[in-house]
Amino acid sequence: MAALLGRSCRKLGFLSSGHGARRSVSTETGKSLNLYSAINQALHIALDSDPRSFVFGEDVGFGGVFRCTTGLAERFGKNRVFNTPLCEQGIVGFGIGLAAMGNRAIVEIQFADYIYPAFDQIVNEAAKFRYRSGNQFNCGGLTIRAPYGAVGHGGHYHSQSPEAFFCHVPGIKVVIPRSPREAKGLLLSCIRDPNPVVFFEPKWLYRQAVEEVPEHDYMIPLSEAEVIREGNDITLVGWGAQLTIMEQACLEAEKEGISCELIDLKTLLPWDKETVEASVKKTGRLLISHEAPITGGFGAEISATILERCFLKLEAPVSRICGLDTPFPLVFEPFYMPTKNKILDAIKTTVNY
Amino acid sequence: MALRLRSSTSKSNFLNILRYNNLGFGTASHAARHLRTHDPTLLRVSQNPISRFCNTMAEKLSSVGENEDANAQVMDFPGGKVAFTPEIQFISESSKERVPCYRVLDDNGQLITNSHFVQVSEEVAVKMYSDMVTLQIMDNIFYEAQRQGRLSFYATTIGEEAINIASAAALSPQDVIFPQYREPGVLLWRGFTLQEFANQCFGNKSDNGKGRQMPVHYGSNKLNYFTVSATIATQLPNAVGAAYSLKMDKKDACAVTYFGDGGSSEGDFHAALNFAAVMEAPVLFICRNNGWAISTPTSDQFRSDGLVVKGRAYGIRSIRVDGNDALAMYSAVHTAREMAISEERPILIEALTYRVGHHSTSDDSTRYRSADEIEWWNKARNPLSRFRTWIESSGWWSDEEESDLRSRVKKEMLEALRVAEKTEKPNLENMFSDVYDVPPLNLREQERQVRQTIKSHPQDYPSDVPL
Repeated sequence: MAALLGRSCRKLGFLSSGHGARRSVSTETGKSLNLYSAINQALHIALDSDPRSFVFGEDVGFGGVFRCTTGLAERFGKNRVFNTPLCEQGIVGFGIGLAAMGNRAIVEIQFADYIYPAFDQIVNEAAKFRYRSGNQFNCGGLTIRAPYGAVGHGGHYHSQSPEAFFCHVPGIKVVIPRSPREAKGLLLSCIRDPNPVVFFEPKWLYRQAVEEVPEHDYMIPLSEAEVIREGNDITLVGWGAQLTIMEQACLEAEKEGISCELIDLKTLLPWDKETVEASVKKTGRLLISHEAPITGGFGAEISATILERCFLKLEAPVSRICGLDTPFPLVFEPFYMPTKNKILDAIKTTVNY
Repeated sequence: MALRLRSSTSKSNFLNILRYNNLGFGTASHAARHLRTHDPTLLRVSQNPISRFCNTMAEKLSSVGENEDANAQVMDFPGGKVAFTPEIQFISESSKERVPCYRVLDDNGQLITNSHFVQVSEEVAVKMYSDMVTLQIMDNIFYEAQRQGRLSFYATTIGEEAINIASAAALSPQDVIFPQYREPGVLLWRGFTLQEFANQCFGNKSDNGKGRQMPVHYGSNKLNYFTVSATIATQLPNAVGAAYSLKMDKKDACAVTYFGDGGSSEGDFHAALNFAAVMEAPVLFICRNNGWAISTPTSDQFRSDGLVVKGRAYGIRSIRVDGNDALAMYSAVHTAREMAISEERPILIEALTYRVGHHSTSDDSTRYRSADEIEWWNKARNPLSRFRTWIESSGWWSDEEESDLRSRVKKEMLEALRVAEKTEKPNLENMFSDVYDVPPLNLREQERQVRQTIKSHPQDYPSDVPL
């Protein structure tokens, strides 16, 4: 229940991208949209702007279980937007073939929890397609979308955050948006990027996050992290839905006189080390937070890299506040999750080290 | 019916009938009528006015609908009407007889009377035979080179030359190929030179693949042959996606993918066939059932009657063919290709054959099968000698041409080896390029670091890789 209360804060507007914002799109107005509508809009634009683009996966025809593909089949036809058999390895394998012929294949995996049958196709085929062929072939037109993350009641198989598995695969990109406006721009960049991309969408935010989203076609660059809140005492790095929790922690820390700098990584592979490095060299402290289990999580990669680059500037060990090393539990979800208070405690511990 | 189909590029008359005869709502096809009202999505992708399903429904059903007691005798479920039976009946796990195998030349290379086959011109037949010989010689020379330590690895296609060459000959250059790894003959047919094969095996700077993969992992975008990956059967669903693309672009072309008996056990086989049927993709699935997956015989691989019976489970038209009969292979693939493209459907072709060579240079197959068995297939069931008999009896080949060809190819092959071995490797920068379209910062940094290390410890690194 605590998790639900904590999350209800998200309904009130959204993360202000005003602080340290570099993108002009963040100051534009648009229509008030939730995450699934923003993604839907991006897909409409993608299919409209490229006649050789396709959207397919389980149940996408009627709009998808999260409504991200609403209206696409009616507008673009069932040859371009269609249901597939229930088979993730087939969905991704088929998508690779389609992309290898120069099309944009925008594939939906119904839940990130079910992406594993496609792991072989992603790692051994998609990621290596260009390299192994000596650049004679590529499947850059492939984009794999999957809802990920905690939802309050999802348990083992509707809550997973598998990003770390994919960050270990040279040849693909991994992107995770934090909000509707970010999602639309990032998804369009992923679709148009000449490399295969895995795009994880924080399902918790599909309805909960509402933001002004410009209606036109715009793209947010990949591999560029964004400082969404400036501060001097400690750097926090996160992605996706976790950033809302982290921002709450930052707000409370500020009341106690701790100035927090919050960075949205956005692209986890290849990730923007320079932005994080510059921030930590300024603050001297780093805290990373993600829902995925702590051991072997992507936070470990960030921690190791920053240690290499900023060792002498660090005032305290790098802190990781993450999910625990258990399968994602149902009744115990509130205990599993990296909550605002866990983060706040860690901020204080780090600052007072 | 002594029907001789022509081997020209125009469609046969029979196929024209299927294409233009509109069996739409106006006609009395009961099965189709029932299905149309119940399942509108059947029509969505097919540009064919005929509902695909009416071809696959049991013929009996159409008589059921006419009966006044229809309601008492049929059951209505999602997917269509089914007749019911009060008897507890299981479909047997196997037919009484195995599916027969299509062949046109007997073991001695004589044309079987009353056989149906697609006519092959002298030019095509001679090229087919010459390429089979070339493939055989190339394989033997590369294999020996590996034994001598000049090559790190090799895998031969010995025994499967007819499958390789005849299937390639029956395709058009625009058909896209998704190979497993025992189909270099398809590349050879299309014009890949002996030098190009050697370059890839040596991973030198002239290799298309830029030295990144083991020998025999060929690829050529110019020849529409996707680069080999060692993972088994992963190419199958890729081929289906490519076929769908060709269909959407309305190309007169299909996708063709090859795999072995072992590959048919992989999940990707199931995924691909199911997708191909549902997506109505023009793709040929050619299975080289050569009896062995490394040391695993087919009796340890599956318990069905080979591959051909699996097609029906997915709603895919299938044929079993003598893979060592070049003429039969050619005819089967030629016919299948026309069906695949004009009817927008997948076809499964099971080519029965025997893997005469070892799995690869890392294998000694006499450890799990008898040398006699291997020798028998090599001598008595050799695909080259059968086809040679046929072209000679057609007056298109002679002993003199045979020895001329063999000595020429051997000389060319040895020269290609020599040149490939001498050619330097690709530059170090090729290690870091093409991971992405543009190298990201982490790779640029790593290249810098590696170059630093090389300066400090040059002895740790091979001298034939230019920096």
